[in-house]
This record gives sequence, C-alpha cells and structure tokens, in this order.
Amino acid sequence: MSDSKTTQGQVLVLQGNEAMVEGAIAAGCRFFAGYPITPATEISEMMAHRLPAVGGTFIQMEDEIASLGAVIGASLAGVKAMTATSGPGFSLMQENIGFACVAEIPCVIVNVMRGGPSTGLPTRVAQGDVMQARWGTHGDHPIIVLAVSTTKECFDITVRAFNLSEKYRTPVIILSDEVVAHTREKIQLSHPEEIEVFDRIKPSMPPEWYIPYEDTPRGVPPMAAFGDGYRYHVTGLIHDVRGFPTERSDEIQAFLTRIHRKIYNNFSDIMMVKEEFTEDAEVLVIAYGSVARSARRAVREARSRGVRAGLIQLVTIWPFPRQVIEPLLRRVKVVLVPELNLGQISREVKRINQGRTRVEKLNRIDGQLITPNEILSRLVKL
Amino acid sequence: MAEITKLIHKYLRHDKKFPHVWCPGCGNGILLGSLIRAIDKIGFEKDDVVLVSGIGCSSRLPVYVDFNTLHTTHGRALTFATGIKLAKPRLQVIVIMGDGDAMSIGGNHFIHAARRNLNLTAIIVNNNVYGMTGGQFSPTTPYGAYTTTSPFGHIEHPFAISELAVTAGASFVARGTVYHTNVLDDIIEKAILKRGFAVVEVISNCHTQYGRKNNMGSAVDMLLWMKKAAVTVEKAKNMTPEELSGRITIGVLVDRDLPVFTQEYQKIREEASKKWATATKFA
Ligand SMILES: Cc1ncc(C[n+]2csc(CCOP(=O)(O)OP(=O)(O)O)c2C)c(N)n1
Ligand code: SF4
Repeated sequence: MSDSKTTQGQVLVLQGNEAMVEGAIAAGCRFFAGYPITPATEISEMMAHRLPAVGGTFIQMEDEIASLGAVIGASLAGVKAMTATSGPGFSLMQENIGFACVAEIPCVIVNVMRGGPSTGLPTRVAQGDVMQARWGTHGDHPIIVLAVSTTKECFDITVRAFNLSEKYRTPVIILSDEVVAHTREKIQLSHPEEIEVFDRIKPSMPPEWYIPYEDTPRGVPPMAAFGDGYRYHVTGLIHDVRGFPTERSDEIQAFLTRIHRKIYNNFSDIMMVKEEFTEDAEVLVIAYGSVARSARRAVREARSRGVRAGLIQLVTIWPFPRQVIEPLLRRVKVVLVPELNLGQISREVKRINQGRTRVEKLNRIDGQLITPNEILSRLVKL
Repeated sequence: MAEITKLIHKYLRHDKKFPHVWCPGCGNGILLGSLIRAIDKIGFEKDDVVLVSGIGCSSRLPVYVDFNTLHTTHGRALTFATGIKLAKPRLQVIVIMGDGDAMSIGGNHFIHAARRNLNLTAIIVNNNVYGMTGGQFSPTTPYGAYTTTSPFGHIEHPFAISELAVTAGASFVARGTVYHTNVLDDIIEKAILKRGFAVVEVISNCHTQYGRKNNMGSAVDMLLWMKKAAVTVEKAKNMTPEELSGRITIGVLVDRDLPVFTQEYQKIREEASKKWATATKFA
C-alpha cells in the first residue's frame, strides 16, 4: 500500500511546514537532505517521518552546503529532491544553487524566512531574503522563486514548484516565512487525480545520439539520469552542448542565452498571481507571503467602507510578474506595498512603474507581522 | 603497450576535445591509468560507474573518461556523491579529490562521509599543494616547505589524510603513490570492491608548483623521491618512529566491516511502511 494514501483527500489540521512535506510527497519528491534551523526544522522532521514509508530517503547532512549537494546528486540520479532551510542556511547554499542553475538540475529549495541579517531573529517573521533569492549566487542566471501565504498554498505551491523545476530543469526556490510555516490550519488535502504532476522529459533517442545540453525549440534539453545508459559529463563550468568545458565565445554566449531564454520564453506558464477586486481598483495593494493574508483582509474591509481597493498577491516573485502589474499601474491612482523588510519588492514595483503612479511602502522590520488594521488604516488615507 | 593502448581507447572519451589540462609528467595521468585498470579488472559496465570530483587539477580527471561523470563545486564532491548513492545504490560511485579540495574546504564533509559509512570510494590525490590555483600551501603541505603563500617556509602542520580517515571511521583506508603503480592498481581495486566508505590516499607529484619551489627537480625526480621514501605497511610495523620520519607508508592501513548506511536505511523503510500501513489517520 502506498503510504501517500493515508493522507490523500484527508481533512487535516496542519502547519505550513507540514503541508509543504505533504505537497512535496504528492509531487513525487522522494529525497530530502537538510540541516536543522528554525523556523524550517519541522520540514526535516516530517520528511524523516514520512519519506522512508514511501520508499524515499531522508538524510540529515553536516551542513546546508552538503544538503544541497546531496539534493543535486539525488536529482541527477533521477529522483525528485528537496531541501529546506532558513536565512543563514540559505546563504550557505548559494554556490550550489548556481551549480544547479548552470548544470540544469531540477530541485526545490525552501527558505522559511526569519529576521536577519546573520543569526538575526530566529523565531520571528521577516521577508528579508527576496533579493537574496534572486541575486544571492554569483554570475548571470535566471531563477524561479515562489512565495506561499497559507497552509493550503504550502501544499499547492510546493507541487507547483516541483513541476516548474522538472519542466524547466532549474532549481525552484520557495519563500515561506515564520508565520506561514507555523500557523496551523484545517485543510483538505488533494486526491492524486486532482494534482497535476510533471516529470522531467527523458531522452528517447539511442545513447549515441543524445546531446545532453542540446538547444531544443523549448530550450530545455531532455535529461538522462545517471545509470540509465546515457553517459555524459556534468559540470559547473560553462559547457558546450555535450557538457564539456568550453571557453569559445560562441558556445559561452549560446549556452548562457539559452538558460535565460528557457525561463523568459515561458513567462506566462511560470507567472502566477492571485487577484482580488483589481478590475475597478483605484488603490492597489501588492503583497506576498504572510503579509498577503493581512492585505486580503484589509482590502475586503476597505471595500465594505466604500474604498475601491484591490489586491495582487504575488505567488511568482521571480521572474517578477511585470506583465500583470504594469497594466494595473496605468489604471490605479496609488499602489501600496506592505512587506516585512525595508522595501525589496516595492523597489521592484517602482522600477517597472517608471514614475507613472504613486507607489507607497508599508514596512515592518521588528519581527512582528503587519496586521490587517495597519494596512487598512493606510489604505483609507491614501 | 598495445594492451594499454587498447584499454585507454576503451575508456577515454573520443568526443572530448583533447589535449587535457594537466602539465606533462603530472601524477594525475598515472592515477587515471590505475583507475581504469582497476575498473576494467573488476569488470563493471560503464553505465554502472559514476565518477564524481571537486575542483582542482586532479578533479578534472572524470571529464576524460566515458562514465557518468560529475564535476561539482570545490570541496563538495562527497556530498553530491552521497545523494547519487542514496538515490541509486546500485551505482558504483567513485570520488576523486585533491588534498586541498578534500581536506580544506571539504574537510568537514570528508570526516562525516567516513562516519556515515555509505558504500563510496574516495580517492584523494595528495600532491602537498594547491596545484590549480598556482601553488599555495594546502592542509598537507609539510612544515617548513616553500609555497607561494608560505614564501618564508610553512609554519603550520600537515594533516595525515589516511590516519584522519581511520579515526573518522572509514571502513577501508589505503595509501599508495604514483610511482608504485602495481600497488596503486591493487589498492584501488580493493577500495572499490569494499562495502563501506573506502579511502585511497595517492601521493602524487606537482613538480610545476610544489617541486620547483622546494628544489625537488623534475617529475621523474619526484617519482624517484617517492620510490625512496616509500615503505610498505608490513615493513613499517617493525620500524621505530625515528626510522619512519619522512617516509611514506604504503598499502592497506585499515580494512574493517561496519554497517553500511544504505542497508541500515532499508531497515528503516521497512519499519516505516509497516507502521504507516496500519495507521488509519495521519498523526
Ligand atoms: C569556493 C572556491 N574557493 C576557491 C576556489 C579556487 N580553487 C580552485 S582549485 C583550488 C585548489 C585545488 O587544490 P587541490 O584540491 O589540492 O587540487 P590540485 O589542483 O592540487 O589537484 C582552489 C582553492 C574555488 N574554485 N572555489
Ligand atoms: S599544476 Fe601540478 S597538479 Fe596541476 S597539472 Fe600541473 S603538475 Fe599536475
């Protein structure tokens, strides 16, 4: 009996971290390597509990660098793999995140954000790692970053993260935060037939025809697992289509362009936002993570008081969903971006706004959540 | 000679653009030969072998051979190998690292891999120096030696790689040199066949960086130095510490049977599925 059957379709009271584990297992994750850190630890603990019964593997490594290394190795051997950490551990992972980007290894990395910098505020909420998720590693590479705001989303978005990572052969980062991670909620877990699961495309040609980093029309070459009869070289060095290190400018350019193109040509598939009352909004709130929940409540409250407020909840954070936001920026009178940092996403909104509309910030960096009331009182005054 | 050429052609990658990156006379080529002979003798299918390496001159070895090959980040080869082995235990995972790679940036991964006892083979090329970055001291550079970052003589003390591996809990530990290729072929074969974490320390020459700074002569001179300095484990048993100072003991240092991680984990899987099969509700 497959173990997942014991949770599929059940109504359970779970915290966000636990729902992520269920989502990962539903998406086919069978390998987890991690190192304990608050507020992500429950993900490791639940994985240790859940994975062996579904024939998967949990391993606690000696640090976060090792954890992501093991995850990349497992993925190369053909198994869907994930790790979870928080700020300091996420910093340690950056070099290997770059490796996964360049070698095009699917994997999911959860960062349950806490206050920083450094050891910062281990048990308090923050959203300070938005830019680190985008630019933490060195060099030019695209990345996919998703944000979760409810326990249900922890399940659904984790499934989505695995799907995107398999589809585009890229690491996908999920930004959660301390409040989302530890809030317990009643959720209905999906049945397997309700979940769309995407597996990486494997080569079907004879091994001698396989070109592991070939530029296909999709820009995503099929991926053979080690041991499946396709022997090839994987490296973090810039490589030619066969995977061998190269310093030829035409090959360098072609490779780096392709790994960007495979993401940017598929914006519409990768982009995900949740909109509420945006059709006729005059005041627009843009929020993500736990703050999006406060924002939703505030926007509804504002509507009942006659303020034409609307909400865009960012689920995809990178690539930044400018196609959705830009047209709205032309229509609304003012935008409010509440976040638990000094303005990492509001800066991005201002960048695409190009001075068209007034963009206001609402920030907290004291380890406390922004409440619906705080957003509401700003909304009615804007 | 014809035999060797045939063997090389069987395993070298024909579509890889040669020449290789190594200096003429570098010990890395000799190690590659030994490794190929050992794998061929054991008779593995190419598809079942995975070569993983870190970053450094020695870590460029996998690119030239026709296996599943993975060139990772500096010092992290063993962690990537851990994931591969856990995901597909049937694969023969062999890890090649330099002394800087394995002992400095990767030192922590090394001792934990030994303790964890996965069925992996770790080959560490000890040339006493960071070759690829141009000859800075490494964790195995001897006291007093000259390198580009110890221009006045090195004041730190070296790690004994093999002895560290023994203490950290490896199942099998052996040391060889690139001069004694028969011994090297043999211990690499034994290490690969060993069930558990097996370490082979290979004393090698970096004449371009280390040899030159320390007046050790050419590649050949350095090989002759290995010939002179080496003493077998068996012989070393009857020698005093004074007699052994400056010598290199070669052969199998430790060979012991310890529970292997993947087998132990299989027990956990069985226990966990029994427990979950009887559970009606998620708890
Ligand atoms: C994180 C990181 N730090 C530093 C380097 C630079 N680096 C490349 S190779 C190397 C040392 C390699 O020495 P060793 O492992 O002894 O191998 P050898 O070249 O001697 O075979 C260093 C420090 C790097 N690539 N990555
Ligand atoms: S620098 Fe030293 S280790 Fe590197 S290839 Fe040359 S001789 Fe070998």
